[in-house]
Amino acid sequence: MNVTNVKLILSREYFTRITSKSFIWGTILTPIGIGLLMFVSGWIMTQSNSQVLKIAVLDENHVLEHYLEDSKTFDFVFRDAPLDTLKEATKNEEYKGVLFVPKLDSIQESEINTLYFTDKQMGLETSESLKSRINQAFRKYKMKSFHVDQKTLELLKSNVSINPEPLDPNGKDRSSVTSIVSAAIGGLMGFIMYLVVFVYGMMMMRSVMEEKTNRIVEVIMSSVKPIELMIGKILGVGAVGLTQLAFWIIVIPIMLLVINFVAGTDLSMMQNPALSPEMLNHPEALTQAEKIGQITHEILSLNWGLILPLFVFYFLGGFFLYSSLFAAVGSAVGDDVGESQSLTLPIVLPVIIAMYIMMAALRDPNSTLVVWASMFPLFSPIVMPARLAYDPPMWQIGVSVVGLILGVWFFAWLSARIYRMGILLYGKKISYKELAKWMMKG
Amino acid sequence: MLKIDQVTKQYSNHLAVDRVSFEMPTGSIMGLLGPNGAGKTTLIRMITTITMPDSGQIYFGGEPLSRKHISQTGYMPEERGLYKKMKVGHHLIYLAQLKGFSKRDAKKEIQKWMEKFDIMDWWDKKVQDLSKGMQQKIQFISTVVHRPKLLIFDEPFSGLDPINTNLIKDEISQLHKEGASIIFSTHRMEQVEEICEYVVLINQGKNILEGYVKDIKQGFKQNHFEMTYNGTMPNAGFSHLDIISHEQQRLVFHLPKGINSNQILQEFIQKGIDIQSFREILPTFNEIFINQVEQNTPAL
Repeated sequence: MNVTNVKLILSREYFTRITSKSFIWGTILTPIGIGLLMFVSGWIMTQSNSQVLKIAVLDENHVLEHYLEDSKTFDFVFRDAPLDTLKEATKNEEYKGVLFVPKLDSIQESEINTLYFTDKQMGLETSESLKSRINQAFRKYKMKSFHVDQKTLELLKSNVSINPEPLDPNGKDRSSVTSIVSAAIGGLMGFIMYLVVFVYGMMMMRSVMEEKTNRIVEVIMSSVKPIELMIGKILGVGAVGLTQLAFWIIVIPIMLLVINFVAGTDLSMMQNPALSPEMLNHPEALTQAEKIGQITHEILSLNWGLILPLFVFYFLGGFFLYSSLFAAVGSAVGDDVGESQSLTLPIVLPVIIAMYIMMAALRDPNSTLVVWASMFPLFSPIVMPARLAYDPPMWQIGVSVVGLILGVWFFAWLSARIYRMGILLYGKKISYKELAKWMMKG
Repeated sequence: MLKIDQVTKQYSNHLAVDRVSFEMPTGSIMGLLGPNGAGKTTLIRMITTITMPDSGQIYFGGEPLSRKHISQTGYMPEERGLYKKMKVGHHLIYLAQLKGFSKRDAKKEIQKWMEKFDIMDWWDKKVQDLSKGMQQKIQFISTVVHRPKLLIFDEPFSGLDPINTNLIKDEISQLHKEGASIIFSTHRMEQVEEICEYVVLINQGKNILEGYVKDIKQGFKQNHFEMTYNGTMPNAGFSHLDIISHEQQRLVFHLPKGINSNQILQEFIQKGIDIQSFREILPTFNEIFINQVEQNTPAL
């Protein structure tokens, strides 16, 4: 193989992509889009409950008026008028609705069926909130009637927590937050890998198809070997992916901080001083600020020295493995986009399966299926990153790494065999049978 | 220059090239002819090392063909294209670098060619902004810029207007004068007669005719002559000629063996015919091509 040629192809692929308008805009707009999405969703959250519902309450028990309190959402007006009068008033827009609470047979009754008359249906959230307010009002009324005070009630409650402790007294002590933090980080990493495989794999396939439909490929082929072109392109697109990822890794956190700052969140609570192990073991006793501090502490206490290099390794491994497969499909398809869908299926399928196994890994990172999948090269780039935060045994990481290296080598070799046949073939639909023949014979 | 020896290439369900052998004279312009699907492109792909023969051997300047000959070959395929989003100058430099040129040499040489074609102002234009004819010029430059010893043009004039066709034709003959060997693949037979010295005719993967254009035409001539004249023609005394047609002061006839053309010309003069022209009709390459392909294609 001619390294000079590979370098030339790599740098052409890299620089034409990096300097293209669509790439630049896509790279810049994605974090802005994420920021905007967060901002808008936050804004919508604050907007949704702004309307106050004025509700006429007709309570035949005459109980609720002592216990049902107004809130931001509800303005309760207790009336003793006949139901029809209140309905009429609602029609005239005096009230948004009429809440009718029928007479209870006894105080012991637990099924309370109220009626709410309105033309405008309440949203799910509002109706749930109204229900819980009425519930609470009856609860207070019943507590008073049964002579139960708040303190006694509190005493009935217990708060059970399960604290993981290492068998070895010198082992790493973990708090109950650890598994939540691990799941969040593992899920995020697995999901990023899933996106990487799809987005850059597709980019690779389109690029190969473009060369084929452009008919540039025959010119290039008279100067370089197919394998040189394929490897050069994969490295080029891979470098584009790394550049984009690096940009986002730097820009997105900065942007989130800026949004937090603009939105007025107090960042000082993130920098909580060192927490005592005592506090770590009793998360329920912590304040909100302390909890955030604890999560930060947990995130920082993960073995990043191992996780980060491994993440980069799986990023590259997953990318090389799948993009060479996508390149092979791109070479076999040519100009027909519809055809590409049927040929991509055998590649898309393992990616989706890996995604599901990855989600299973978050629930149970040590199940047999998950352990094996995290060592199988087609799945490991997506599954293993999700397990990394759970401290998998070193031998499994070792097998997975070696397996992925072998897998990349094998699938690149297989793809190259398809690629060099497919890339020069025009105007013919290629069957799975033919693909298999190319792989066998080369 | 180039010797093809018993070369065979089999694709999954058909034999694309079947034991083809020929030798291309060094420094010649050789026409590689054949109907669609005859195996020309497969043969060219083997000469350009894009694919390998299943059996047989190709020699380049006496050595067995290998990857090191790539930089001495320039290939302009029939199905050709460029990266649409790239700028013309960068694109040409890239292709020349792949042929082993350094960036500086490539730039110098490309500028020379672009100035020659008076297209220096395209340097920073994107390929997609050029017309098809303009792109063909860029293709041509990319094929010849590294001064290859062997040039292969597959339908080089498709998509070109007559002015640009002549321009490229002149450049090809200039390169030929400078010593390059040229393979020229086309369906356009009038171009073959005009440009090529030597031809190889391929049909159904087999080499069915090979030789110098002049010799082939001589070999296929049928002793037909044409005479045009002014005035009227005396109506007697040509019984020894096979007259093929005679209309509008134009006589076409077959000259039997044993009589040479000077004798018959003298006879015409003696009979007082006011001769305007007299020439031997050689078969056109079109006729030879159709004739040979039909003869060598088994009836379906």
